[in-house]
Amino acid sequence: MNFDRTEEQELIAASIARFVERDYTFEARRRIVASADGCSEDVWQAMAALGLTGLTLPAEFGGLGGGAMDAMSLMEAIGGALVVEPWLATVAIGAQLVARGGSDDQRRSIIAAVAGGARKIAFAHAEADARHAVEHVATRARHDGDAYVVSGVKRAVPHAAVADTLIVSVRERGGDRDADGLTLLLIDRAAPGVRLDPLRMLDGTRAADVRFDDVLVPASARVGPAGAAHPLIGAVTDFATALVCAEAVGAIASANAATLEYLKTRKQFGVPIGAFQALQHRMVDMTIEHEQALSMASLACATVDTERDPTVRGRMVSAAKVRIADACRHVAQESIQLHGGMGMSDELKVSHTFRRLTAIAQQFGDADHHLERYAALSGGREGSP
Amino acid sequence: MDLDYSADEHAFRDEVRAWLATNLPPALRDKVVRYGHLTRDELMTWHRILAAQGWIAPAWPTEWGGTGWNVVQRYLFEEECGYAGAPPLMPFGLAMCAPVLLKFGSDAQKTRFLPRIYRGDDFWCQGYSEPDSGSDLASLRTSAVRNGDRYVVNGQKIWTTLAHMADWIFCLVRTDATLDRKQDGISFLLIDMKSPGITVRPLILMDGAHEVNEVFFDDVEVPVENRVHDEGKGWTVAKYLLGHERMNTARVGTSKRELEQLKTFAAAQRKDGKSLLDEPRFRDKLSRLEIELTALAITNLRFLDRLRGGRPPGADVSMLKIKGTEIQQRLTELMLEAAGPLAQVVGPAGGDADGDDLLAALAPRYCNMRKTTIYAGSNEIQRNILAKHVLGL
Repeated sequence: MNFDRTEEQELIAASIARFVERDYTFEARRRIVASADGCSEDVWQAMAALGLTGLTLPAEFGGLGGGAMDAMSLMEAIGGALVVEPWLATVAIGAQLVARGGSDDQRRSIIAAVAGGARKIAFAHAEADARHAVEHVATRARHDGDAYVVSGVKRAVPHAAVADTLIVSVRERGGDRDADGLTLLLIDRAAPGVRLDPLRMLDGTRAADVRFDDVLVPASARVGPAGAAHPLIGAVTDFATALVCAEAVGAIASANAATLEYLKTRKQFGVPIGAFQALQHRMVDMTIEHEQALSMASLACATVDTERDPTVRGRMVSAAKVRIADACRHVAQESIQLHGGMGMSDELKVSHTFRRLTAIAQQFGDADHHLERYAALSGGREGSP
Repeated sequence: MDLDYSADEHAFRDEVRAWLATNLPPALRDKVVRYGHLTRDELMTWHRILAAQGWIAPAWPTEWGGTGWNVVQRYLFEEECGYAGAPPLMPFGLAMCAPVLLKFGSDAQKTRFLPRIYRGDDFWCQGYSEPDSGSDLASLRTSAVRNGDRYVVNGQKIWTTLAHMADWIFCLVRTDATLDRKQDGISFLLIDMKSPGITVRPLILMDGAHEVNEVFFDDVEVPVENRVHDEGKGWTVAKYLLGHERMNTARVGTSKRELEQLKTFAAAQRKDGKSLLDEPRFRDKLSRLEIELTALAITNLRFLDRLRGGRPPGADVSMLKIKGTEIQQRLTELMLEAAGPLAQVVGPAGGDADGDDLLAALAPRYCNMRKTTIYAGSNEIQRNILAKHVLGL
């Protein structure tokens, strides 16, 4: 039992904290969100210079070789500062899929480029009727000689417009909800037949609906086994879910800090409103939510780094996501309420944190989805949690 | 970051678990697991078994019989005892009076009382709350007037747990009512329950149990040598003790066992021919509770890790009390729900409601456990403590 950071983790945390404080103020973020791309190449290059774009990628291809536990402080900082750069999409999902499932050639070329900041990836996976089901893929890939021909629509793909490469889940066989039959393909964002309809999201990030009309893809662009990519997608989704739990912890801490500061400085009836017990107790409950969320994010990140059994892994990640989703909702709503009218204002960061927390509560599955998955994976499992 | 115990700690836990498996009398365990109310004899039987093993007072200094275990070992021991279904150890002597004597007591007081507490010769109770002094404990009015080498005590204590079994009571009394601050002028006295002028009256709780009492003091004479610490310093003693009282209120081990029991029980209940575990509405409630307990177990480990690193137990303990008791209550609530309408049966008419029928114990248990968010500093008081000492409000 040890909850201290390693020396390397301390260094990473310190460098991220310095970077955020200097280059990612709330005003800087506001300008970035309002820009044409909705994210910043300068920030991305600065993150690359700190090694962050390779943090969780294999060292042999230019990454730092870290796991989810090593990325916790980065994710907490991303949540605290509401960073909108495509780190999760590119490093934790896109390049992670390649690192775990790709050929040697793919790993050599793609991971080095991502780690160096030269390439961004988006994961084109979610579809209209999927809700949160990872196995739901209706986008089809038929064979044409040595190549695939892909047709279908992916909904609200995070950061698709700034990605150089899309990694796309397609179905080679079976029904839309079968776990069997899934394949991952690397498709150039600018390839013929790929069309993007850009979207703005609640939390200020960008996404796009991506339409594939008979897009020709060489077999060499396949990542992982043909028709059997579901375990790979599931593992990387759990990995990213654990990380977004850590991001939530940072966002919750930020909302709590802003709210506590407000309780101490806002005066009504001649006293700081934090003198009122009704508000004190609500602030205490928000603090407890943060502690419980941090515990579960730690459990999720440790689990995805060390647990080999996908049932146990999925069960623990779902447990964490249930608890995190509840905490996100609780803290987001209370932070606005305790700020009163000011909390509603777009001018205050807390209203932006509210939006990100609302998004995280649903990202990779809401509380109901993960409760159902938790129970399904607990089947016949007596014993302590 | 490593969420697991070390190899040494695992070995220690295995040792404790193996010892419990052979030394915890099955009859005692069964009664605990079925939520029975233990008699003084049953409580002291377990006390003496642990004392004989040398494990009755792990936290005490080794010269007084402590085990020398570190905080993680002490926690593991308590968690394993709770998980195994061992009878609870009454804290009043071991974890309340003894730490006070060790910190503030004279050598004579230590020598006189500590070995008897260790062996289980004396059964202690705690005289704190009064009819008009609950959460506002410092407003207490039970008076002790000095008369030569004696104090003469008059007043009333209430909610005194197991006073009807007790040989001794430690009391907060007012020795000076003229001071401005209500925290000043309070003293800490040890009083023999056999003293003339003490009357104990049962307060029966809504589950029918006799756990708590009113204790009346009518010109009770207490030798001055039974005062701990200086006259008027009782509040210092009380504050020191409050930290101790809340050390193990997360009760993760006990809740883990009760959760397993709840799952087993719910699995055997049928709704529309299906197990209650497959009923989505019930299952989701159960899952959320299990997840909350998982989170609390890790929060508890993080707390232990800090404690081990030399950081003293602070107001954060209040968080464990709040979450731990909410979970304990929720467990009893879901047991009640799982049992369905038959949960309303509390025993045979005219018979003893304290039998070995689990079903009949569920509703009384649900009633009884409402106390947990009220006692040992209500959860609202815990939130006040957190607001003041952690958040600076």
